Amino acid sequence: MDFSHDEEQQALREAVRGLVGKQYSDFELRRQTTKADPGYDETMWARLAEMGVLGLPFGEDDGGSGAGPAEVAIVAEELGRVIAPEPFLTAVVLAGGLVAAAGSPEQRAEVLGALTAGELVPALAHAEPGSRWSPSAESVTASADGDTWTLTGTKEPVPFGAHAGLLVVTAALPDGGTGAFLVQPDAAGLSREGYPLFDGSRAAKVVLDGTPGTPLGAPGLDLTDSIATVMDIGRIVACHEALGAMAYALEATSGYLKSRKQFGVTLNTFQALTFRSADMYVSLELARSVAAWALMVLMTGDRERASDAAARAALQVSRAARHIGQEAIQLHGGIGMTAEYAIGSYTARLTALDHLLGDGDHHLGRLAEVVGQHEDLDPLGA
Amino acid sequence: MKLELSAEDAAFREEMRDFFTTEVPQEIRDTVREGRELSKEQIVESQRVLNAAGLAVPNWPVEWGGQDWSALRRHIWHEELQRACVPIPLAFNASMIGPVIAHFGSEELKQRFLPQTANLDIWWSQGFSEPDAGSDLASLRTTAVRDGDDYVVNGQKTWTTLGQYGDWIFTLVRTDPEVKKQRGISMLLIDMTSPGLTVRPIELIDGGHEVNEVWFEDVRVPAENLVGEENIGWDIAKFLLGNERVGVAPVGATKRILAQAKGFAKEQRGSRGGTLLEDPLVASRFVELENELLALELTALRVVAHSADGKPHPASSVLKLKGTELQQAVSELVVDLAGPASLASGAGDDSALPGWARRSTPTYLNLRKASIYGGSNEVQRQIIARTILGL
Repeated sequence: MDFSHDEEQQALREAVRGLVGKQYSDFELRRQTTKADPGYDETMWARLAEMGVLGLPFGEDDGGSGAGPAEVAIVAEELGRVIAPEPFLTAVVLAGGLVAAAGSPEQRAEVLGALTAGELVPALAHAEPGSRWSPSAESVTASADGDTWTLTGTKEPVPFGAHAGLLVVTAALPDGGTGAFLVQPDAAGLSREGYPLFDGSRAAKVVLDGTPGTPLGAPGLDLTDSIATVMDIGRIVACHEALGAMAYALEATSGYLKSRKQFGVTLNTFQALTFRSADMYVSLELARSVAAWALMVLMTGDRERASDAAARAALQVSRAARHIGQEAIQLHGGIGMTAEYAIGSYTARLTALDHLLGDGDHHLGRLAEVVGQHEDLDPLGA
Repeated sequence: MKLELSAEDAAFREEMRDFFTTEVPQEIRDTVREGRELSKEQIVESQRVLNAAGLAVPNWPVEWGGQDWSALRRHIWHEELQRACVPIPLAFNASMIGPVIAHFGSEELKQRFLPQTANLDIWWSQGFSEPDAGSDLASLRTTAVRDGDDYVVNGQKTWTTLGQYGDWIFTLVRTDPEVKKQRGISMLLIDMTSPGLTVRPIELIDGGHEVNEVWFEDVRVPAENLVGEENIGWDIAKFLLGNERVGVAPVGATKRILAQAKGFAKEQRGSRGGTLLEDPLVASRFVELENELLALELTALRVVAHSADGKPHPASSVLKLKGTELQQAVSELVVDLAGPASLASGAGDDSALPGWARRSTPTYLNLRKASIYGGSNEVQRQIIARTILGL
């Protein structure tokens, strides 16, 4: 049992922190970046590609570096610390992850090679109006005419969908189950309408009307399990991104309490405020423990345990993120409400992460259905 | 990063599991499992079984019966004890005064007390708190005045847990009233059969007798019973309380009780059909508590995996704070599961209601103490704010 990172992982953390930390420690720069499309800095994206960060989860045969979930989580945590707007989670972990899990060798090499090089930013179009984090697609349907597949229906919200160079679209298959399709941005019958989100990122409504798509992997194959797996990995990575954001939010709040004067004294003179910070620390440490554990369970390769661990981490982090995000604003007072000051944007980002792949109550419900099937939980699995 | 225990630590865990479940008398373990009160004899017997195998005082120096274990192994030992329903070795002996005598005591004090303390031949009581010195321990007023070869002690201690069984009491006393309040405190070991020493029971809200007041009226204590030097009592207290906080979160026991509670919930009819555990509101309470306990257990593992030189990790305050909150929350859940049967605390064993349900409310009421003792949870918040967050 070992919760620590090795030297190479430490070096990766420092490199990523050096790059994104330097740029986005100037919060005004992040604000300007998120004001204009595509919502992130394409030069920064190219630098992340140069650093090898965008190919971390993919095999060497697919153009990636064959690193593991731990490395991906380290990157996510560092991006979270500065709430970097780059679409690492949605483009690399989710869209890239599904291509890696289900694509043919040629599809993997082509898509993941270009993604790793920073030349292609794919988006996963999975969520549908009316759906709540299900791994299945329902209202977007696929039909086959010989070898030709077409898709019809609406996907929304599609994270970073308006400017994506490739859409990975999930759809209900004619014979049941859910498949995934690669859809080119200039495909017939495809329309995209992009908009900014409250956290500065971007999403789109994607309407497909008899739009041609290439089946990901073998045509007609039910990919529900692969989609569920990618969502579970995404949950664990999102937890680590949230950890970075929560850690910074607590540091910033503590710093503020020490410097801000009211009634002639600094705010940390008031026990009512310092106690609330202490409770934020408790929430953060408990969330960190479960997120790190979920990552290690994922690394064991046990699919079923990883899904359970992802739900548990997501539940704990959801509760912690709301607690820390809300308190961070409250303890900052009015300044925490302003767009110019960073802290409120951390709460916004945490709220977005909470709802991307399933919030606390969603996971609580899943876990409650099976709570009678075990006596207690043994984190070491013995 | 790696999840599994090493092969050696996994084998160690098996070894502990085997020993605790086969060597400690079943009747004692059943008493713990069912949440009944342990008798003095049971606590003593259990500790002697452990001590004979070198498992009663692993945190002591090796020459006095301790084990040269990693922090992780001490943690595994502690968790497995709780899992197997074995009473934890008496804290006053094993975690408090034993390590203090081993660290601060003269060779003569060590020889005289440590073997008997490990084997629970002496039952120690703690004499720290006073009516006006709880969390603000340095305000204590019990005095010890040197008179020839003796100290003469006068004053009052309170909240002396299980003092009715105590043979000896370790006390903090004021030996110099003239200096800053932390500087004039000493630690004395006092035979509880000494003339002038009186133990009076305090009845608590659960109806039980667990704590006591201890009065000292001109009690003569031989000067050789002073631990360390005169007036270094505050350093000793800090050392002792630092030890106390480690392992103060009873994760294993709380997990076990939550698992038992699940069994209770399966046996009850729910208000809306099905079993009580199938009630979504009940099921979600179980999940929330189970998840928080998982987080706490993993935090404890992080702390022990990274604690250097046996020093308490700064996050150990998190364990005390959250550990006691969860202990209390689980006891609250059990009362709610018992429903109307929770009222029947006074019913005897021929009651038609199950024992766990009859005991649920006194246990819940009793456990309100957990967030008060061992440095109240407000004190822990203060420690986190000051030493970790720098506020």
